[in-house]
Amino acid sequence: MISAVLFWFLAVVATAAGIAVFRVDSMARATYALAVSFVAVGVMLLLFNLEYIGVITILMMVMEMAIMGIFMIMFMGMNPALMPMSMVHNKRGSAILASGVFVGFATAVLLVPWPERRGTPAVDLTQSLGETIMGSKMLVMLTVSPVLFATLVAAIVLANPRGRYDRFGDDLRRRPPTGPGEGGPR
Amino acid sequence: MTLEAVLIASAALFCVGLYGALSQQVVVMVMMGLELMLNGVILAAAGLWWFLAPAPDGQVLLLVVITAMTVEMAMGFAVATLLHRSRESDMTDMATDLSG
Repeated sequence: MISAVLFWFLAVVATAAGIAVFRVDSMARATYALAVSFVAVGVMLLLFNLEYIGVITILMMVMEMAIMGIFMIMFMGMNPALMPMSMVHNKRGSAILASGVFVGFATAVLLVPWPERRGTPAVDLTQSLGETIMGSKMLVMLTVSPVLFATLVAAIVLANPRGRYDRFGDDLRRRPPTGPGEGGPR
Repeated sequence: MTLEAVLIASAALFCVGLYGALSQQVVVMVMMGLELMLNGVILAAAGLWWFLAPAPDGQVLLLVVITAMTVEMAMGFAVATLLHRSRESDMTDMATDLSG
């Protein structure tokens, strides 16, 4: 009973904070609203005894939102990021589409005959997750690791203001190198 | 707390994010919409795992979704940085080179 009440409270908080992201006056406040939504979902995961995943979600998203706030203020300038703003397009169409998708999802959820629960959760879910990803599901970790590494490299290549692709061109054959500044040694 | 309740809550989160991803003009705000959608996916996956088949394998799927969220954020910030540097703008309407 208590968990049900707590779940509904968190669900309302998560959804209301999610709505607030696109309703509040400034981007800085929107960032914090999104963080609240993620923390609420993280606590909901704890209700399913998913301690590891729940704590990871909370820690990661709080840090991510802090970084996002910095990016917003950096790109928007200090004043626009903290002042009222409205930068939307096709608001009505988006709202209709999102509402239609929600009605479709909710109808499906209520109409589908969900099967009975099969199996029981492990006593220590964190340990069982560790054993799984180091055992039968190791391929997932072997895939995720290079994907994250590739993301690091790609993000640095894109964000670097004066990288080799700026100076030597997309095929790295431009001579002499050009680009920002002097373009390196000539 | 039932599976239906969890899935409806996750659908609400997903659709709020969908609205944001479709309607916002600022790249970082679009990313926030995508994050909310993935937030709903995480909740739905956790609910399905808990109420239908609470085997350890299901948790791995959650890790994959969280990884996808991380990749989306990192690449989104990188693209936003590139866009801002090259065009002095962070609006999606200014980056329509590939449209149509």
